Amino acid sequence: MVFPSMHKIVSKKQLSEEVFRLTVEAPLIAEARKPGQFVIVQRDSDYAERIPLTIADADPLRGTITMIFQTVGKSTHKLAELKEGEYIQNILGPLGRPTHIERFGRVVCVGGGIGSAPLYPIAQAMKQVGNYLIVILGARTKELLIMEEEMRALADELVVVTDDGSYGRKALVTEPLKELCQASPKPDCVVAIGPPIMMKFCAETTRPFGIKTIVSLNTIMIDGTGMCGGCRVSVGGETKFVCVDGPEFDGHLVDFNNMMLRLSAYKEIEQKAHEECHLEMQLKEMETAKRKGNP
Amino acid sequence: MIDTTKKLTPKERLAIPPQEMPAQDPMVRRRNMEEVALGYTEEQAHLEALRCLQCKNAPCVASCPVRIDIPGFISQIAQGNYKEALSILRASNLFPAICGRVCPQEVQCQSTCTVGRSLKDIDKAVSIGRLERFAADWERFHGELEVPPVKPPTGKRVAIIGSGPAGLAAAADLAKEGHAVTIFEAFHKPGGVMIYGIPEFRLPKAIVQREIEVLERMGVKIITNFLVGRTRSLRDLLEKDGFDAIFIGSGAGLPKFMGIPGENLVGVFSANEYLTRANLMKAYDRGKADTPIYPAKRVAVLGGGNVAMDAARMAVRLGAEEVFVIYRRTEKEMPARVEEVAHAKEEGVIFRFLENAKRILGDEKSRVVGIECLSYQLGEPDASGRRRPVEIPGSEHVIQVDSVIVAIGNDSHPLLLQTNPEIAVDKHGHINTDETGKTSMDRVYAGGDIVLGSATVILAMGQGRRAAASIHKFLMGK
Repeated sequence: MVFPSMHKIVSKKQLSEEVFRLTVEAPLIAEARKPGQFVIVQRDSDYAERIPLTIADADPLRGTITMIFQTVGKSTHKLAELKEGEYIQNILGPLGRPTHIERFGRVVCVGGGIGSAPLYPIAQAMKQVGNYLIVILGARTKELLIMEEEMRALADELVVVTDDGSYGRKALVTEPLKELCQASPKPDCVVAIGPPIMMKFCAETTRPFGIKTIVSLNTIMIDGTGMCGGCRVSVGGETKFVCVDGPEFDGHLVDFNNMMLRLSAYKEIEQKAHEECHLEMQLKEMETAKRKGNP
Repeated sequence: MIDTTKKLTPKERLAIPPQEMPAQDPMVRRRNMEEVALGYTEEQAHLEALRCLQCKNAPCVASCPVRIDIPGFISQIAQGNYKEALSILRASNLFPAICGRVCPQEVQCQSTCTVGRSLKDIDKAVSIGRLERFAADWERFHGELEVPPVKPPTGKRVAIIGSGPAGLAAAADLAKEGHAVTIFEAFHKPGGVMIYGIPEFRLPKAIVQREIEVLERMGVKIITNFLVGRTRSLRDLLEKDGFDAIFIGSGAGLPKFMGIPGENLVGVFSANEYLTRANLMKAYDRGKADTPIYPAKRVAVLGGGNVAMDAARMAVRLGAEEVFVIYRRTEKEMPARVEEVAHAKEEGVIFRFLENAKRILGDEKSRVVGIECLSYQLGEPDASGRRRPVEIPGSEHVIQVDSVIVAIGNDSHPLLLQTNPEIAVDKHGHINTDETGKTSMDRVYAGGDIVLGSATVILAMGQGRRAAASIHKFLMGK
């Protein structure tokens, strides 16, 4: 029995300007993870932040997991700076309760932005148990759309939408979702993963139809194991902890407004750090350019 | 002047004034993270050690959770034999530098000290904890780290879950007996509450790291980023990974909240979160740490225990202008250590006794702007013998704050329950054990906060040691 202490990056791909895919060695997590679970990643032990990231895929034979993330702040930027062959010091997981997979009948999986990444293993599992699988993928613009090929290979039906109409249908994901709810047969279950505002409106779309809607929440978190309480959300009037009670909840019961406000707790600090981070990156680029110019 | 070269009579010993612990000036330390209490000088330690009457019946030993030979180690300090003093300490407690700092001696060993009783003032008891700390620090500054001898390998393997006080104490005892010990820690650094919870200014992290280094030199393996129940199940550890026994010392779990309106507003934190950001994630080091901490100028801390004191004093250091500790009983009933309360007061923390939060108020962006409290008075004694606080109707009033830290304890940890239904727990979710520390699951033992609820470092260590003894017996009986 060998427990690895570092996580080598075996492949890295930039999917768009802000979206990266990292495949890293994490054999125990690759073996144990189930759809719906996530990991906590920390670049190094000294001063780096612990951030929750979803697991997009895993290969238990090669002992790797794949994470897709967007550079939204300092910590994700620093993670994106790592190259193939370099190491991430700390990855903890798999965390959270696995998705409840069942043969519901007709399942609609809705993915927004990088939410399509954690949606993929769930869609896979839903398909595997014999559900009729409809996937709706949405993004702000064509460039930010991910997982299209993978989902196309999996789904019985695939709908692609972009906010600006640069690819697929020009619509928000809630439009085709509403049409599916109005059609016959109605979906038996909807799984929506994406930005909080998208999940909120997906839940509002299905609510009048009484269709079970699962959402996966990504909140502020430190330990991810049920100790800090930072990830608490109000679900059906009760306080729940995303790390141990979730990350998936009944979308019709989640207080999204409170959750979004809680997510903004460090916004000002983060924005400042993010800007500084961008400045630093520009400086680095300028220096590199200079060096290239004057060898 | 006392002639300390000849044998002193008890009367002479009682006449030596209790030695005060030097500390950083409150106005200076309230803006730094460095340790508050500075430790005895050699001369002070000598004088304090001479105050010990060396009682034959040693009531202090009986009231020490790990039964340290207290008169023994103090006598060695009195004679200047610090190395010997430390060996005596280490025989019962592998972590004297930690316990000398964070044990509540005033309710344990020092509470029964004959000197304190003779002088009719418990505060004048021999400062056993400070002497313990002195001996441990002496080694840190002067000696080579002493690694306790380890018996030949038994070929048995024990998994320890959690690297807090219970787990480390169990690991130490089991390693000494020659068992191969692996500690699994969920965080990226070992030490549990001593690393994420107790602040640097009360327990420097370098000290915890050094004590852990002793364990590693004894052959104990530490695996971080490993959450038993998720990364691997208990059953896997026994069946796939070949461990012969398991000790669960996973600690307290989810933080408790008051259940009052406004607790999910932005700016409300559990003490666990606030302290973890500040300590483990080093958020106090704003220039270097990536983990942010909420910028607060007026902070209310709810609760009256040691964790509440830690949170309040941390808030002061992080730049809060006013920090209030809101507690519904009086100072007398507060569970926090007297020393911590005194330190907090010196640093400017404002105590508001006989008040309790009713709701937390937010602005249009859901950010905390105040806390509405009710005033209380003490009524009849309750089941615990403490006078019950009774609210005064109509006494609602608002304290303007921009942050609230809830420090009212923890519920049990839900994860092991979720993933190991075969382990029996009580109605609070704490693991049931028999008097040997054994759980209802074969080969699995438990101790510390996961069994006791919220306890202290030393009680958790005591539980770890008890379970280690049972595990050793079980392994060798096989």
